[in-house]
Amino acid sequence: MIGLIDYGAGNLNSVQRAFETLGFKNKLIANGKQVDDSLDKLVVPGVGAFGYAAGELKRKGLWPAIKKWLKENRPFLGICLGLQLLFEGSEESPAEPGLGFFRGKCHKLASVKVPHTGWNEVEVSQRDYLFEGIKEREYFYFVHSYAVFAKSDNDRVLALTSYGGNFISAIKQGNIYSVQFHPEKSGPAGLKLLSNWSLKC
Amino acid sequence: MLVTRIIPCLDVDEGSVFKGIRFKNLIAAGDPVKLAQRYYEEGADELTFLDIGASWKSRKTLIGVVEKVSRVISIPLCAGGGVKSLSDIKELLRAGADKVSICTAALENPLLLREASLAFGSQSIVLSIDAGRVGQGWHAFMKGGRIDSGLEAADWARKGVELGAGEILLTSIDRDGTKEGYDLELLRTISDKVSVPVIASGGAGCLEDIYEAINTGKADAVLLASLLHFGELNIPEIKNYLKSKGVKVR
Repeated sequence: MIGLIDYGAGNLNSVQRAFETLGFKNKLIANGKQVDDSLDKLVVPGVGAFGYAAGELKRKGLWPAIKKWLKENRPFLGICLGLQLLFEGSEESPAEPGLGFFRGKCHKLASVKVPHTGWNEVEVSQRDYLFEGIKEREYFYFVHSYAVFAKSDNDRVLALTSYGGNFISAIKQGNIYSVQFHPEKSGPAGLKLLSNWSLKC
Repeated sequence: MLVTRIIPCLDVDEGSVFKGIRFKNLIAAGDPVKLAQRYYEEGADELTFLDIGASWKSRKTLIGVVEKVSRVISIPLCAGGGVKSLSDIKELLRAGADKVSICTAALENPLLLREASLAFGSQSIVLSIDAGRVGQGWHAFMKGGRIDSGLEAADWARKGVELGAGEILLTSIDRDGTKEGYDLELLRTISDKVSVPVIASGGAGCLEDIYEAINTGKADAVLLASLLHFGELNIPEIKNYLKSKGVKVR
């Protein structure tokens, strides 16, 4: 059973529909108590503001539950804001710290047009089950204004994308995965990635 | 590198009929889901649905279509036409739209853009500008292009982005449906003025027009309706052409 963290993010339905299309059982998780042993995977989807999301996760008691889940290295997928929340913080909401699972902070994209909206190339830098059957340079759909800029020595980075600099578009440590793009909106390649994660990660 | 998006636009009216389709009978009238599916398979980067009836019935149709399409298609969906309030936006997002486009209501009440972008995020709010030539420049029009708001289109675009719009859908009233090509001057003017993506709409008649909207007009995406619905062009053909001209497409 995949638990989808519901903190009021706009695109939760899309994520849920994608898993349904693929035939993976899932349920919405609206508070910390619901993060229990009935779940074997957890997804933090998200679009919206960093500070608001962190605040909502805390208000609903989800913050400590997610922290514990990450610490126990249980299968996890962060999407978009769900990736950013795993880092130490964001320029978007300096007063609100992130989960701090990965080191580094999110910064505003430095390109002319922000938000970065549309299909961009995800360049796989490290082979992983997540990208099995997906081209090494494949297009995925992005919508975001902040990102974690890549440091070349970061061996947890799975893929990079270029938009006003190289940023991390996929990262993993142990069973904890996160992507900056929206696989649920990225056509067949996106569905393949969600399927890979559900079956193999 | 970010690619230029090709976005088919499907008009929804009462009874889920898609305008334009009936003439050529490409697809059974009343089955927009099939048409959306076909565009998806052909490589559409996004889909836009517009309620052109703007009545209670046509709104229900639009919601039903978005709901069905979002269950079978995993690319971004934008919906609009007659959107007036936060609850209209919420209803469309709940039905499965990723973005909602707002035109008249934003001109009547610009704060709606701010409230909507705060509530749902800028990425989900598209400011739709129907621009018509007035003197040396362009004005933003309301009510399906019938009423001049008196605002300069470029000023309105900049204001809309300040208020929180995450994208601009720019339609040239003068070119719409004429197949004379996009209004490149208008496109370029708006594109240069705002920091969010601009979607070109109105006037595409051939492949060169689409290329010029991107090359000269600096559009980030192009919206296409009749050219695709009538089968004059298809998405792979457009993308191959753009690729041959050095435009980055998916």
